[in-house]
Amino acid sequence: MQHQDLPSDYFPMVIQFIVAVGFIATTMVATHLLGPKRKSKIKLESFECGIESQGNARIPFSIKYFLVAILFVLFDVEVIFMYPWAVNFKELGTTGIAEMFVFMVLLLTGFYYIIKKGALKWE
Amino acid sequence: MTLSIFYFLSFLAILSALMVVVSKNPIHSVLYLIITFFAIAGHYVLLNAQFLAAVHVIVYAGAIMVLFLYVIMMLNLNAEVEPHKSVWLKSAATVAGGTLMVVLVGALRTSASVGSPLPADANIGLIKTLGKTLYKDFMLPFEISSILFLAAMVGAVMLGKKETK
Amino acid sequence: MLSIAGIANSIHQWLNETFSSGWATLLEFVLVGILVISFFAFLGLVLVFMERKVSAYMQLRVGPNRVGYKGLAQTLADTIKLVVKEGLTPDGADKFLFNFAPFLVLIASMLLMAPIAFAKDFQIWDINIGVLYITAISSISVIGVLMAGWSSNNKYSLLGAMRSGAQIVSYELSAGLAIMTIVILAGSIRLSDIIASQENGWWIFKGHIPAIIAFVIYIIAVTAETNRAPFDLAEAESELTAGFHTEYSGMKFALFFLSEYVNIFIVCAIGATLFLGGWMPLHIGHWEGFNHIMDFIPSSLWFMGKTFFLIFLIMWFRWTFPRLRIDQLLNLEWKYLLPISLFNLLLVTFIALMGWYF
Repeated sequence: MQHQDLPSDYFPMVIQFIVAVGFIATTMVATHLLGPKRKSKIKLESFECGIESQGNARIPFSIKYFLVAILFVLFDVEVIFMYPWAVNFKELGTTGIAEMFVFMVLLLTGFYYIIKKGALKWE
Repeated sequence: MTLSIFYFLSFLAILSALMVVVSKNPIHSVLYLIITFFAIAGHYVLLNAQFLAAVHVIVYAGAIMVLFLYVIMMLNLNAEVEPHKSVWLKSAATVAGGTLMVVLVGALRTSASVGSPLPADANIGLIKTLGKTLYKDFMLPFEISSILFLAAMVGAVMLGKKETK
Repeated sequence: MLSIAGIANSIHQWLNETFSSGWATLLEFVLVGILVISFFAFLGLVLVFMERKVSAYMQLRVGPNRVGYKGLAQTLADTIKLVVKEGLTPDGADKFLFNFAPFLVLIASMLLMAPIAFAKDFQIWDINIGVLYITAISSISVIGVLMAGWSSNNKYSLLGAMRSGAQIVSYELSAGLAIMTIVILAGSIRLSDIIASQENGWWIFKGHIPAIIAFVIYIIAVTAETNRAPFDLAEAESELTAGFHTEYSGMKFALFFLSEYVNIFIVCAIGATLFLGGWMPLHIGHWEGFNHIMDFIPSSLWFMGKTFFLIFLIMWFRWTFPRLRIDQLLNLEWKYLLPISLFNLLLVTFIALMGWYF
């Protein structure tokens, strides 16, 4: 069965989006109106387990998180490359497999390098 | 109908792109950048390139924005320490940006019209067609891109290791 | 036979006969919108209640049993309480982002509801990039989490958001690769095609070894992606108070809570669709008689049964495994799950090439 895929297929998503925004906005406004509003300086301070808060929370943190994020971007792009191949897997046959095999070997080489270098070791 | 959607998306993209530049807080800029990416994904959908639209959202709005957020959160964002750029630097940036714009406008004015914005084959942007083209006609660039990934991985590891020593 | 699709069709017919086609379409959209919202709220209520009851029975307690019949109205009462609470925005917070983050998270989970097939021929939106759409939208909610944590101007929130961001993005890779296994076997990323390909048996049985490995990886990955115990160190009550939503109160907190539970439902529904056949009844090859008997159970029941079974599994994990540390968590993903899923992908290609699946 051949589907005719058109941009207009995406109309339901727009509706869903509008519905979602409407729902959240309504609940947020409603609770804003319903709830009590008693504000005090101490109440609005950021929570630090009851101790007076020290400075603010715009503090630098471990570079490891950044490394995880950058490796994620790389692997994510590679995973996306596999989708068009997975869909056409049967038509492409052995050539496709060979191509993907080379791709995977290079990917695993990089992966081996990352592990070997201890980039993901968490001190 | 398609035309008005196109204008709406273009307006949204340009407006939020402007907001990226204008907003003082870099995290707000990231938010506007996400809206820009969604508007561009909408353009892809209008061109019936649905796979590209999804990939655009995954890679740019998802993955790269997470990376940006991590980078920005790593910077010290306290207002007192924000460096003030000198007037010279600002005017130099204006001149450089203005020149680039003049060049772009000039180049676009002389370029010929691309013709019909819609591809002849309506299914050309769908995942099945795209996969066949990518893995048959563009086999070599695909393999070379994997070497690029390898280089990027090595680079990332080098960047990350430097700090910990 | 009375089925959900039948009801939907008769409503469609009635609307088209009574109104002009434009109005009928508009009314249908409004109807679908209302249905989605009420289903959303209903899911939140049911899942929170289920979570509390399941945990109670696992710890030999009774759980909520005072409000309503056997405590059934407990979550409803909680919701009412949350609605009339004061929604605070701390002084140091970035007001705009602080209020915007719940939108981002909840819109993502609401949009994810669209392509799920709840019963035979009953799907809000069947697009040709189904699986990819789900990956795309679910990658947006990370940004909401990071923004919520950062804008609160609270150290616990920031730490929680960082951890949860790193965790969600890492495990997204394995989940994606596990999904890819089924895409290779089914040869399509449209959800209805994937379900149709399981007509003579679910993929977890037809794809035997690689499918089972992929299923296990998928379940682990989505447990981590939804920040559930034993991977709940984004919230880690005992160390980070409540993680990225420490500063949220009242309905804003409830919205995060709701999206968390709905996300559990969605990932389980996707898992059920990919590996356990979605609404497809248990069919075994060409045993016509057996298949026919199984068809008597409505498809919506099959779908809900499978989904809730997976949800129960994830709730069970919470009371069985101790919480991991952040380094252990990332090690598990990068050193074990990711290589295993890459090799599993090679294995499934080999098996699909040789035709060694049923």
